[in-house]
Amino acid sequence: MTRLSRFNVVSLTLGFAFLYIPMLILVIYSFNASKLVTVWAGFSTKWYGELLRNEQFLDAAWVTLRVAVISSTIATVLGTMAAYVLVRGGRFFGRTLFSGMIYAPLVMPEVITGLSLLLLFIGIGLDRGVLTIVLAHTTFSMCYVSVVVSSRLMSFDRSLEEAALDLGASPFDAFRLVTLPIIAPAVISGWLLAFTLSLDDLVIASFASGPSATTLPMKIWSSVRLGVSPEINALSSILIGLVTVGVISASLASKHASLRRQQETQAAARTT
Amino acid sequence: MRAAHFFWDASLNTPVFAPWADPDAKPLIRFQNVTKSFGDFTAIDDLTLDIFEREFFALLGPSGCGKTTMMRMLAGFEEPTQGRIELAGRDIAAVPPNKRAVNMMFQSYALFPHLSVWENIAFGLRREGKDKAAIAARVEDMLKLTRLQKFARRKPHQISGGQRQRVALARSLAKAPKLLLLDEPLGALDAKLREDTQFELMDIQEKTGTTFVIVTHDQEEAMTVASRIAVMDEGKIMQVDTPDRIYEVPNSVYVADFIGDVNILDGTLTANGENSFALHYAPDQAPITARSDRPFTDGQSAHLAIRPEKVAIHKEKPEGVDNLLSGEVLDIAYLGNLSTYHVRLPGGQVVKAQIANTRRLSRRDITWEDKVWISWTFTAGVLLDQ
Ligand SMILES: Nc1ncnc2c1ncn2[C@@H]1O[C@H](COP(=O)(O)OP(=O)(O)OP(=O)(O)O)[C@@H](O)[C@H]1O
Ligand SMILES: [Mg+2]
Repeated sequence: MTRLSRFNVVSLTLGFAFLYIPMLILVIYSFNASKLVTVWAGFSTKWYGELLRNEQFLDAAWVTLRVAVISSTIATVLGTMAAYVLVRGGRFFGRTLFSGMIYAPLVMPEVITGLSLLLLFIGIGLDRGVLTIVLAHTTFSMCYVSVVVSSRLMSFDRSLEEAALDLGASPFDAFRLVTLPIIAPAVISGWLLAFTLSLDDLVIASFASGPSATTLPMKIWSSVRLGVSPEINALSSILIGLVTVGVISASLASKHASLRRQQETQAAARTT
Repeated sequence: MRAAHFFWDASLNTPVFAPWADPDAKPLIRFQNVTKSFGDFTAIDDLTLDIFEREFFALLGPSGCGKTTMMRMLAGFEEPTQGRIELAGRDIAAVPPNKRAVNMMFQSYALFPHLSVWENIAFGLRREGKDKAAIAARVEDMLKLTRLQKFARRKPHQISGGQRQRVALARSLAKAPKLLLLDEPLGALDAKLREDTQFELMDIQEKTGTTFVIVTHDQEEAMTVASRIAVMDEGKIMQVDTPDRIYEVPNSVYVADFIGDVNILDGTLTANGENSFALHYAPDQAPITARSDRPFTDGQSAHLAIRPEKVAIHKEKPEGVDNLLSGEVLDIAYLGNLSTYHVRLPGGQVVKAQIANTRRLSRRDITWEDKVWISWTFTAGVLLDQ
């Protein structure tokens, strides 16, 4: 362990203060007994209780969760397939164009993606609701998945697939039994990325949703416009808590895995 | 041990295994004017080659000469740019790798990192849909053969380099294919295990009649196991022949130089009898006489290739030898069982003579800067035109 210089301590403190003070304030005020957000009136958990009785919020949370799970799953399947073809497909006609095009939605302003989806849904006469939000989220998160997966595929040793084929596996079996298990960590992080993007999204969901379906970010946004309520603070604190738990357990799991691998390798070295 | 390959072939009614000498024999593999280019780089250049069933065929050549590329074309991972490849008489261009009765051991091993040693070996067997007990029995056999029983449950990253190589070998042997391609199968093994495995491979071949194509950088290994050797250079085959002929009658200076140690003397030829030529290698020296079945014209420049162990070295001038040259000992390399004397001729050429050390070191009488005589017989060298 190296000791930090005073300058480093100061910059570290400043940086983290900048990042976390807003969230800290939000969490503190979620335990405020007063209805007024800016006045502290003692500790209370009543807003959490209120939240659980608020049908609208619960509905919105349920919609958001369903949309996120379904859209990130579809996006992962499609994105992985696209990445596989673009990295592995050899030099077929238009490949450069296709691989450029798959990244385009990443830089496209969300408003434009949302608007074009809205026009499409109206054009084909699709009723806006959960289905259209799922479709919209799949559309934009799929490119993120394919970026993550294709970067893993590029460093993947091609001869492993060849060995599988050589041993009599069909191309699909080679993918299922060799490629997929090895790139699984990238596929899973692609799924997690798509999931958080979907949880997060406000702009595209606003375009794609109809009166029958409201996501949590949309609900929060619309109620904040009527004034910040302590209930929103409580909801946001819960979200922060969930994310924190998720991040910590993911990093613990990966640390554990690498530690175990290291131990196995050492054990192997000792016995041979 | 070479005798292992010589069996009684009833159809030929001879005790020799030499299908390449039989004009009616059908090759298992036939490369016909195969060219393989990567962009504007030609890795295999108009190559024609027949390999017969039950052969143990060795590919030998410097790094980058196209050995792996040839194997990859046989396994189906590369398509020839031109020409055709036949397996058992049929063009295999349209057959995908997983439908070819060919297994390959990769130079990089290509072990599946997420599967245990056991599962790696079982992978190909499972694809055949064999029943569990048969698979388990076969995997156990392979583990025993490659002495990996203790490591069956380990993952590839938990075993040593040599063990990985054995897993790759076991995995490719497991399916007992008609044709087995081994890309440097024994490079990472220690001498003892390598020798044992060579015998095992020859034994497997005896039992199963599998055809082996093996890439190796080890000439001794090629000499030990191969029925025929192909020496390659820059995508071309320089010579294909049995190990003894490759060694004794190379067809070019390149092959002579690539296999084993050799002395090359350059000069011009004049005929001095039937199948006999005089090589004028230095202006003020008597020419060397050598026998050659290959015709040469008078005045043609040529090279005499002669192996160091065929050159005798003498302290006193000997009588009645075919070729006698004088020189001075430049260097002596002591190799334990052998010693190599580097002898400088008056013209500046250096000829190596190799002598078996049948006496103890202290009793040998030739040392540095001694004037010596070297000699070899009329038939000991080979005359080469290129
Ligand atoms: N996919 C490829 N693209 C471009 N060039 C290639 C490719 N594969 C092989 N080559 C080139 O073809 C030549 C022959 O390669 P190959 O792998 O067959 O050599 P090798 O004889 O197996 O060599 P080594 O003994 O080092 O394994 C090399 O010069 C190599 O750079
Ligand atoms: Mg190679």
